[in-house]
Amino acid sequence: MQGLKKSILVSLWFMFLTFPLMVIRIDSLNGTIDWRWENMLGMGAGSFVLSFVWRFMMARKEAGRAAAAGGVMSARGAWFERLRSDPKAAVPALAVILAVFLVLPWLVSTYQTNIMISALLYVMLGLGLNIVVGLSGQLVLGYVAFYAVGAYSYAILNSNFGLGFWSVLPIGGAMAALFGILLGFPVLRLRGDYLAIVTLGFGEIIRLVLENWSDFSQGPSGIANIDRPGLFGTQLSVSDATTYIYYLILAAVIVTIVAVTRLKNSRIGRAWQALREDEIACQAMGIDITTTKLTAFALGACWAGFAGVIFAAKTTFINPASFTFLESAMVLAMVVLGGMGSVIGVSVGALVLILLPEYLRAFSEYRMLIFGATMVLMMVFRPQGLVSPGRTKYNVPDAEGAGAAAARPAAGGNA
Amino acid sequence: MDWQYFWELFFGGLTRGSIYALIALGYTMVYGIIELINFAHGEVYMLGAFTALIVAGALGIYGFPALAILIIAAVVAVIYCAAYGLTLEKIAYKPLRDAQRLSPLISAIGMSIFLQNYVILAQTSDFMPFPNLVPQPEFLEPIAHIMGASEVLIIVTSAVAMAALTLFIKYTRMGKAMRATAQNRKMAMLLGIDADKVISLTFVIGSSLAAVGGVLIASHVGQVNFAIGFIAGIKAFTAAVLGGIGSIPGAMLGGLVLGWCESFATGYISSDYEDALAFALLVLILIFRPSGILGKAKTQKV
Repeated sequence: MQGLKKSILVSLWFMFLTFPLMVIRIDSLNGTIDWRWENMLGMGAGSFVLSFVWRFMMARKEAGRAAAAGGVMSARGAWFERLRSDPKAAVPALAVILAVFLVLPWLVSTYQTNIMISALLYVMLGLGLNIVVGLSGQLVLGYVAFYAVGAYSYAILNSNFGLGFWSVLPIGGAMAALFGILLGFPVLRLRGDYLAIVTLGFGEIIRLVLENWSDFSQGPSGIANIDRPGLFGTQLSVSDATTYIYYLILAAVIVTIVAVTRLKNSRIGRAWQALREDEIACQAMGIDITTTKLTAFALGACWAGFAGVIFAAKTTFINPASFTFLESAMVLAMVVLGGMGSVIGVSVGALVLILLPEYLRAFSEYRMLIFGATMVLMMVFRPQGLVSPGRTKYNVPDAEGAGAAAARPAAGGNA
Repeated sequence: MDWQYFWELFFGGLTRGSIYALIALGYTMVYGIIELINFAHGEVYMLGAFTALIVAGALGIYGFPALAILIIAAVVAVIYCAAYGLTLEKIAYKPLRDAQRLSPLISAIGMSIFLQNYVILAQTSDFMPFPNLVPQPEFLEPIAHIMGASEVLIIVTSAVAMAALTLFIKYTRMGKAMRATAQNRKMAMLLGIDADKVISLTFVIGSSLAAVGGVLIASHVGQVNFAIGFIAGIKAFTAAVLGGIGSIPGAMLGGLVLGWCESFATGYISSDYEDALAFALLVLILIFRPSGILGKAKTQKV
């Protein structure tokens, strides 16, 4: 009963709140007002139902928190944990997924393959941003700038000097990494939200330069007729080229996944995670914060650079409009949705956020609305994302093992 | 030196700066109390402009006089923005009060994207013309060559709004509670201040000021679309940081300085990089003097 009253109040509030924007539409040419009362009814009903859902979710979140505090772990997601940690289950699962991806272009149309290509590009971008945001905890909002650097490196080197895809791929990555370090140096002292805003500013500056420096980047009209990647000098038809790029990006994604997984458990990866958890404690442990942050920036940016080169080669046309803040926010949404720091999570997040709107065409205009709402709701109800990153645990079986484990970090500290 | 051109730019910068200052106040007050960059604040400003546009359009059709339309539209926009600010805080920030530091920021970005698309879907993604509602009274004729009536209105209104805010913060009970909460939230709560109420009030005041800014700029520029909030928000944030985030006089000063910088740079140098200037300024301040002009440098507590 109490809940019913609350929900009625909520729905009245939202009907009031959305009244001018949702109900009134001015037709200034004819001088008439279009009253859309049906929207208000929909709004009232929608918010009435949603307020129940909201309270239910809140109650569940509180219950979950209480359970966690009491030391009770939920059984939810246990099968997934097993799938991830038990090699007997994980290897066949991975093999099946890989096989599906390998045969995909032969089963679907060129158009579908193109969608898959952009989805995989976003997986790559998401994994790159995951290094910076998820692993090392530095919130970068201008990530798309590095993507732009990669794409423009290829476009400019290709159209001016005729360099091919394969020779520019490392150059694009290196250029982006260089920009990552250039950005990283001045912002070393900043943290948290300040860092986020400065990187946002950096991203916008790069875009504005590309838009205004016409001699260099041909301004808003962009660069067209970029070469597709070559395959030992053979000329490919458009559909064959699409398939070829699909395999290329698939290979790149696999390399990225392997590299990021290996990095995550490496010395530098552990340093990143320590940095994320607590900067001061991390420094006290003898980790060089400057190097750690800069490598995170450089490596994260480098992947965006690679993705940029592939993007330019895929679309054969780029302009600054492809590199707006919204793009950065979208990549960030993928990382957040999937689970910051989790490789599987980010890949799944990117695929979901790109493929779902493609196949739910009826909702395509609501796409960004849902994007925004998802980001808010994820933060409120499940800040760890769909797949919370697994933590590496070290089991110490006996006293000898404990001695060896204790000796290792000490040796590392001296190095 | 061409003095008339100089004064034109000077007052142009003052006008711009006043608007930035009005929006910056919302950022700085919220940051002062809960240390959150309310990324969706620019969107509230945009919503204010849009609400005013709709109300003005409707009243125009019913044949109200221009000045009445302007006043009613402004009042409605302020009420609605206050309501939006309140709702925003309840949905996107309040549940995250104890979360990690990045969570509210991401939630704020999500909210900003959501609100932009809400306006696109509910109204339009095109530029909408805003009717010219500010009369040109005779006593302003002598200065008409350097500034129009709408510029005078902007400068006067923002000055009044900022003076009222300063008095409110300084002399009322609630203002005192706000200052106390900004200084130390836990201690303020121990002394019987309802911190949730203070935070809500901060959002309401900040959003109302943004609404005033939105209405003023819409009637000055003459057009509105869903994207105006993003760039204005970033610039106002720059102004807040420039003045020293958390400091109310700082936000006002920062807004004016930024307005003049932009106005003179576009007037004397080039207008190509108008937007990049604010970003570059922001990056430079944050790197060299993160505490801003009036802010105090904080020591890092371990």
